[in-house]
Amino acid sequence: MNSEPKKRRRTYLLLATMVLFSSIGNVLLSKGMKQVGQVVDFSPIALLGVFLKTFMNSSVWLGIFSLLLFFVSYMLVLSWADLSYVQPASAIGYAMVAVLGYLLLGESVSPVRWIGVLFICGGVALVGGTDPTTTRSNPPCE
Amino acid sequence: MTLFIAIVVLSGTAGDLAVSHAMKQIGEIETLRPSVIWRVLPQAFRIVWMWIGLALMALAFFSLLTLLSWADVSIVVPATALSYVTAAIGAKYLLHEKVAPLRWAGVFLVCAGVALLSLS
Repeated sequence: MNSEPKKRRRTYLLLATMVLFSSIGNVLLSKGMKQVGQVVDFSPIALLGVFLKTFMNSSVWLGIFSLLLFFVSYMLVLSWADLSYVQPASAIGYAMVAVLGYLLLGESVSPVRWIGVLFICGGVALVGGTDPTTTRSNPPCE
Repeated sequence: MTLFIAIVVLSGTAGDLAVSHAMKQIGEIETLRPSVIWRVLPQAFRIVWMWIGLALMALAFFSLLTLLSWADVSIVVPATALSYVTAAIGAKYLLHEKVAPLRWAGVFLVCAGVALLSLS
């Protein structure tokens, strides 16, 4: 049998993993693609070169690996939690990236974007107050 | 451009719904031990909804890339925040999740928040 607090804890753990790996993954992919450089020549030969450069870039591979870990966490949490709970709850990552960018990298955040951060935090708090599971899934595997 | 945004939002949402449906068929994974995860993941890929979901997500991803190559990012990215609302609607009517009023309020706030945050 599985107790509710344990399930909550597992839900939060996987949401945190999703947020962490999707942010890291996107940053690494973006870093890798900037190293590859802007695509200006769209001839087949040039595109082949871009393709090879992309797949020889270690940031790109680490980024893909992070996004795979994100997707595995997403799959696992969806084995019990509602999609209408998981999706809005994981949006907290966007707010965190903005706040961390401001605090750690000194990026400027416009007032409109701060309002966005507040809306996301409020929305996630509201969604987080609801029961993560409202449907009956198949009997637990194992 | 509106057509492309609709494709991105709707196929992305449909992909999420399909993956969620597939994982509910697997049943609740009650432990996060790696040995269990290794055993369960291959099972998930034997469910046809999983593949439908992945195909739809791939369609959404490549449509977004195509769109971003010519459309204005400051319109496209905020518009894709609509996915939070379409996902909740799909989850309610197709997956039969109970979306409480509090959760609706949260979904709309998150949608507006993500849209505002992506305006630069």
